Parts: sequence; structure tokens; C-alpha cells
Amino acid sequence: MLGKSITAMESFSAEEIRLVLDTAYKMKQTIRRGGDKKLSNLRGKSIVNLFYEPSTRTRTSFELAGKYLGADVVSINSGTSSIVKGESLRDTLRTIEAMGVDAIVMRHKSEGAADFAARVVKPVIINAGDGAHAHPSQALLDLFTIEQRKGRLAGLKVAIVGDILHSRVARSDVYAMTKVGIEVHLAGPKTLLPRFFDFDGVTVHESLEAAINNADVINVLRIQLERQQAGLFPSTREYARVFGINDDRLSLAKDDVLILHPGPQNKGLEISSEVTYCEQSAIQEQVQNGVAVRMALLDLTLNGGDTK
Amino acid sequence: MNNLLIRGGRVIDPANDFDGVADVLIVDGKIAKVAPDIKSSAQIEFDATGKLVVPGLIDMHVHLREPGQEAKEDFISGSKAAAAGGYTTVATMPNTSPVVDNAALVRSMVKRAEEVGLVNIKIIGAVTKGQQGQELAEMRDMIAAGAVAFSDDGHFDDNAKTFMNALDYLHDTGKLIICHEEETSLVKGGVMNEGKRSALLGLKGRPTVAEDIAVARDVLLAEYTGGRVHIAHISSARAVEIVRDAKKRGVKVTSEVTPQHLTMTDDLVNPADASTKINPPLRTQADCDACLAGLIDGTIDAIVTDHSPHAPEEKDREYIYAPSGFPGLETSVGVLFTELYHTGKIDLRTLISKMTAEPAKIFGLNAGTLSIDAPADVTIIDPELVWTVDAKNFYTKGSHSPFVGRELKGRAVATIVRGNLIKEEL
Repeated sequence: MLGKSITAMESFSAEEIRLVLDTAYKMKQTIRRGGDKKLSNLRGKSIVNLFYEPSTRTRTSFELAGKYLGADVVSINSGTSSIVKGESLRDTLRTIEAMGVDAIVMRHKSEGAADFAARVVKPVIINAGDGAHAHPSQALLDLFTIEQRKGRLAGLKVAIVGDILHSRVARSDVYAMTKVGIEVHLAGPKTLLPRFFDFDGVTVHESLEAAINNADVINVLRIQLERQQAGLFPSTREYARVFGINDDRLSLAKDDVLILHPGPQNKGLEISSEVTYCEQSAIQEQVQNGVAVRMALLDLTLNGGDTK
Repeated sequence: MNNLLIRGGRVIDPANDFDGVADVLIVDGKIAKVAPDIKSSAQIEFDATGKLVVPGLIDMHVHLREPGQEAKEDFISGSKAAAAGGYTTVATMPNTSPVVDNAALVRSMVKRAEEVGLVNIKIIGAVTKGQQGQELAEMRDMIAAGAVAFSDDGHFDDNAKTFMNALDYLHDTGKLIICHEEETSLVKGGVMNEGKRSALLGLKGRPTVAEDIAVARDVLLAEYTGGRVHIAHISSARAVEIVRDAKKRGVKVTSEVTPQHLTMTDDLVNPADASTKINPPLRTQADCDACLAGLIDGTIDAIVTDHSPHAPEEKDREYIYAPSGFPGLETSVGVLFTELYHTGKIDLRTLISKMTAEPAKIFGLNAGTLSIDAPADVTIIDPELVWTVDAKNFYTKGSHSPFVGRELKGRAVATIVRGNLIKEEL
């Protein structure tokens, strides 16, 4: 994977997914060993985090991942850069490229922005979210978390529930999960489901119950409050009643169902507090695994994965 | 006496139901004679052996961007692009800056077109002031100043009453309203066709039903008022059906389609490259097929390019932020010949008619024919010429087109406007 830009799960093979998960496992041990976490794998490498949208966990996660590997990491926030002076994306990318960086981690509102970047500049591009298109590191950390907890991936039933229409996490999960043999079920109100979604191994439901019935994993997506303002559902109260994940609904899934959420949560809307903090919830672990997976991605693409 | 003889080409003149090898003699800017083996001491002879000699192509839907958007295109670059593509007459849309919505602007644009003088540029005025869809623009003054038709192209006039007023107000003038058919609320924020591809890419969709609703409304209002509507760049199968049914009922509706909507689908949308971003968007194969069927059975009257150039830096950016549209004047003949003629999907006479006689009839222009004494606008096409689309060779200021890089077979090799052989002088 040396030199490969990570823009979407579409272009990943099952073998590459395996490689990322195996590498992430080693990285997680490093993070957890305490004391000096710093490796020298990416010593002398430089990474720029270019975020056009607000982010806490993903940006910090990538930043720490780079630092734990020994790289120099700079984060650019669109609000305090030349972007506010109207600099085009292409020019911003070229400016960063000219400073000699090895990788650009990018989040952007436009679908395809990371692929655009990979087309116009040479550094490795890691997509940290482009509109509703893709969020590959999130999908990989979801797989990693599921595998750690369940001991396997193939043959599991995963329900992804909520705002599928606007979700880059859902789209990347669909590609990643089906590649490793997971059966995917999507559910949400029809106003939040993409029309014409047609994908082998994926079933779309308009009822939450059908999707989570007997599920091994439920990935609860964040509901943005602006969706209600846009008229996609009438009230947060009704959404929570009909589509929220709470203790009652959990009983439909397998007893040992695993709960995921890409965060941040709207508690009491798409997920109840009880479920967020219950024993089966891996939401906190996802955050730690996120750092490990991003370390793996950076190490594999910038260093080829050789341990130094 | 200024004259030109076009020797030995296959002359196709649908308006006169003529198709055969003949010479075409042009004298003083007019067609003087069309016959085999004309004896003449013409000053210039053009050997058209093996080529097609057709009436000058007419594109009734282009955006030459004047006034105000000269970074995208101007009358000079746009005229050169037209001539290079084989077009002798183009009608330019009023969604400029300012909007061409009054007689003074129409007059200045008509004058500007004469000054540039390379090809015939016709001016389309706005239906409503500022194309805002609220108050009617002074359309009768614009007719007096030379406007050939009216359009709020770029968007749909949501206010049905305003649109109905426009139809009534123009009724006795015989002028048509060219309608951009996408119901606004259904396409807000959308950047590509809503379908399987948009579902996977996460790009916001513009559903066909938005077009179907708009076409249905406008056809019904035309029927109710007796007014004339012309459906711009039709792209949805259902919309074609609606127009077909309306024509059967005798509604005064005509329609047009672009080469891209006939030959490209949303499978080509690559979110890393906004070249494919157009409104209405590239649809599915079923929609392309329905448009072609409509073109052949007469539901669709004309082929237009919807030539919509943008400055390269405007188009070379994030998919959701890039403007819609791409230049089409220089690729149209190549695309249509490659995809429709050489594949046997359409016969030459129908194809040429949709680019000459039919648009001339819709606008009521004395053009699109090789009749004796008609203005000598002639296009010579080499149907076998193989070439590759390279934006570096474009005359238009636009550079981003999904046809760039394509190998095409068929190209205009000479364009004659009012007797002047202009393509070679570009």
C-alpha cells in the first residue's frame, strides 16, 4: 500500500483490509503499553491535516496517530487559513504540496474532494470524510472493533440505522463490510434512505425492527438536527420514539449485540444514554481503535508497513 | 461578383427533401444553384468530394456569456467555437450579468453580434425581469429590438401564474418560451441524476420526476392558453412521453435534446472531476434511449448543444461547488456522427434536419436550407474524419468537457456564413 491514497473503501481489496486490521492490532498494543508510545516508523515524514469541516475525534485521532509514529503533523483549520481568503482547493493543495509534505489528511464537504486532491497533487491523500461519500478510516475502525469483540467478521449480521442518506460512514461501511463477508442491513425513515440503493449483500429496510432483528452488531448513525429543520422528519421526539435505539429495541437483536456509533451522539435522539453506556457498547473503544487504525493506514501508505 | 462553388459533395437539404451528389454555387452571399456539374468561373472552388454539404447548422441553445461573463466566453470566442463546430447560427441565452431582459440590452447584443460578424448570433430575451420569475420582462419591446424567443433558462419559473401570464402575453406574437424544466424544490442542492450512482456516491440527486412535473405543467399551460412552449434540453424518458402525448393532442409544444443527453449516462459521473456536471443531469441508458426514440419519431424537434462554457478555474474544483455546464459547439457533430450515425441509430437526413430545418422552423428563421436565394450558410462535414477531442484545440474559453479525450469520427471541415468560407480563416 506504499504511496496509495486512501479515498474510499471501493478501491480496497479484502487482502488490504486484512493487512490494515493486522497492522492496527500491533499499533493498538503500542498505544496500550503505556510509557513511551512514540515509534520512529514515520520519522522525518510530514503530514498535514486539512479539515474544511469541524471535527474533534477524527482530526485529533489522525494527529495523534501521526505523532505516535514519529511524523511531524500540522493541522490546518479552514476557518483560520487562506481558505477564508477564497483560495481554491487546488491552490491550497498545491501550496501544501510545495512545502514537501508526504501525506494530506483531508475532510471536506464535497463528495469527491479527496479523489480530486489525489488527482491534482502527489502526496498521499487520506480521506477523513468527503460529504456523504466516504470515510474509509471510520469503516476500517468499525471492522477492527467488531473483529476484536466478536472474534470474526464473516457471517455476522450488522444493522446500520438512522440517516443513511447523508452518511459517509454508512457508504464506507457498506463497501468494507460486504468485502469481508458481513451481511449488512440498512434502516431508517424513508426520507433518510437513499432511493435506488442497490448493492449486493445489502438489504434496505424502512422499519428499524426488521433491520435489527437478530443482529450481531448495530451501528447507530448520528442524526443531524438540521435534517428535522429540512422537513425530513417531523420532530426529534417522534424520531426517538420510532427510530431511536433504546433498551426495548435492543431485545430484538442478539443477546450479545454490539453497539457502535461514530459519534458524537445525540443522546435521547438516535440512541439512549442507557444504550450508549451499556456493557455491549463499544463506542469508547471505537475511539481508541480509531487511533490504531489510522496509525496503520499512515504506516502502510507512507512506510510500506515495515517495522523499524 | 463574389462567388464560391462547392464541388461534388453529397448535398443533404432536408427542407427541400434533397439528398444527392451535386455542386452548390453561391453568389453574393446567397445560394444561386444546386445541381450536378455546374459550369462556373467561381473565384473559389471547394472540393467536397466524399463530404457532406448541408445547410449551415443552427444551435438554438447556447450560452455565449455576454454581457458580463467574458471570462467564460464572449461573442468572438463563442463565434469561433461555433464556426469550428460547423454552426452558422446560434441563439444565445439571457442568463448573463446583467440578464438580457430589456430592449436596450437586446439592441446592444444584436449590434455586438453584427460587429463580431463571424456567425449569425440570435438573441433570446428573458421571460421575467432578472429571470426572477416574478414580473414579466418587456418582451414586446425586446421583440421589436430583435429578440427571437424568450427563456428564463437556468431555472424553472416556479410561479405558474407568472408563466401562464407570459404565455398569454406572447400569444399573438407567435414567439415561443424556451423552458428549463426542473421543479426547483426537488432539485435544490442536487448535482447529478438521482439514481443508483448518486445513491452510492452520496452526491445529492436531481430526480427525473422534477423534470417530468415541470414538463407536464408547462405542456398543460400551453394547452390551456394556446401558447407556445419549447422544452429545453429534455432528458427524462417520462418527459419525452409527456411531450409525445401533448403533440398528439395538438398542443403547441416543441422540444430539443443535447448530444450529451442522447449519448452519456450518470455512470460516467466521477466526483473528482466536475466535467460531467450539467443541468438537467446525465440520466440513465433508458432515458438516452427514450430521447433517441423521441428524436426519431418527431417528439423531439431539434438537437442543441447547450454550449455552457465556464472559465477553467471555475470548473476545476470540488464537484458540489463547480458550476453546471460544459462547452459543446466543437464536439457536437463528432459526437452525433460517432454515436448515432456510424452506429446506424439515426439516418443522415433526420440528423441533419434536427440541426437545420427544424430549429429554423421553430424560430421562424430564413435559414437551415439550401433553397435558391436563401442566405448562403453552408456546412461541409467529413463523416469519416477521425479525430481526438483535445481541449487545447478548443476555440471556446471553456475547457472541461466529458468528451475531452474521446476519439470521434466525423467533423465539420468547412463552415460558410453568408457566402464567406470562415472556418479556415479562424
